[in-house]
Amino acid sequence: MAGKEYAKREEVTVICRCEDVTLEEIRTLINQGITDMEQLKRLLRVGMGPCQGRTCSALLAGEIARATGKYVGEVKLTTFRPLTAPIKLEVLTRGETHD
Amino acid sequence: MLACEICVIGGGPAGLTAALHAASLGASAVIIDRNDYLGGQLIKQTHRFFGSKEQKASERGISISRELSLAVEKEKNIKVLTAATALGYYKDGVVTVEKDERFLKIKPQKIIVATGGAEKTLPFPNNDLPGVYGAGAVQTLVNVYGVKPGRRVLMVGAGNIGVIVSYQLLQAGMEVAGIVEAAPRIGAYWVHAAKVVRAGVPIYTRHTIKGAWGKKEVEGATIVELDEQWKPIPGTEKDFAVDVICLSVGLNPLTEILWQAGCAMKYVPELSGYVPLRNEYLETSVPGIYVAGDAGGIEEASAAMMEGALAGLNAARALGYSAPDFNSRRANILRELESLRSGPVGEKIRKGLEKVTLTERREMRSGLSNLSLLTSNF
Repeated sequence: MAGKEYAKREEVTVICRCEDVTLEEIRTLINQGITDMEQLKRLLRVGMGPCQGRTCSALLAGEIARATGKYVGEVKLTTFRPLTAPIKLEVLTRGETHD
Repeated sequence: MLACEICVIGGGPAGLTAALHAASLGASAVIIDRNDYLGGQLIKQTHRFFGSKEQKASERGISISRELSLAVEKEKNIKVLTAATALGYYKDGVVTVEKDERFLKIKPQKIIVATGGAEKTLPFPNNDLPGVYGAGAVQTLVNVYGVKPGRRVLMVGAGNIGVIVSYQLLQAGMEVAGIVEAAPRIGAYWVHAAKVVRAGVPIYTRHTIKGAWGKKEVEGATIVELDEQWKPIPGTEKDFAVDVICLSVGLNPLTEILWQAGCAMKYVPELSGYVPLRNEYLETSVPGIYVAGDAGGIEEASAAMMEGALAGLNAARALGYSAPDFNSRRANILRELESLRSGPVGEKIRKGLEKVTLTERREMRSGLSNLSLLTSNF
């Protein structure tokens, strides 16, 4: 790419910002035949960070769709479970506390 | 456990309007919002809205947000929990919440999910360099916190958000090097686009970002022209020396709670992602769970307020509350929504809503059996 002379660092395209998973890592596994989002998640931790895939799961689904020729709406997402946001264990262990 | 009649998840335009309308019929509501303030994304919108008087046209988002928040605070039937994040929905109908490092359980009779949307991002080389932002995040930085993210920005995406934020960055004293749009034409309303063009900002349609560069942070970006098949044309690269790259490439509906609840979901590109099926009352396939605003499909704040109003009225009605003018109020809201979605501007939304709005409960049930892919229980 133009402007490359400015780039002193290796070029990296990040898909999952929370877990620092790159497009290259994902494509390597997809090329090995792993096109199931659940498996990719278990192998790479993609989507397992604080945002729980809020940002990357759409990108990942798009990448799987491109590789498999599937419609992106047919790419099976991973199961959504509580919690939606990070929470301290301390808060959980205190249990329910209302005013 | 806090028992309540209606739990509204999200205190943005849809959620606030929903709670106000439900309360106006006599129902009580609890609003949960993860921010310290109510209003959602309205609080950073300094431009004037379009539409009719009912849709608060020619008002700025920030004043609409103030108005709605004040009305909510005055309403005895509404309890507000700010800095409160909805963490999950459980089979027994309990919503768990974290507020001020405390774990709360809420057991509502009806839930209105008005969680809004989250910014999409783009994969490109060096997209993790500091200086790459979502346009909405930059709008929050500049308009809410008064912080400029840098000196010179490249905006990716010429939809309404991209163009409006570009203009607001100019107002904040930043330089906008250009706006890049992959489509052959801009998506923003012309009245917004004309302002940035008059200010001398070039808009590159049929272009996309090829990559960012810089040592420790963004020092520049390279864009490239796209052909008719949306493929980059080699040799058409252009470099921009910028310290900020803003991504304004759409929003995803925030639907985690709906998935957790087992609502039937469908991928609808016109609505920007997975959204719940709903009936004309905005009730999802899980009885008692309603959706309103961007969580049900990315649209804009005026429509979100109208949907909120509708969901609020319907949820309260389902609890047995009503008013002599209930039918005419609901009919008015439906008319407002129809006018917002009319004409060529509303074509995409109409097409998207057709795919997920079921007019009869019965139809929704049969729709469900045909949509085995769509539930969360794989």
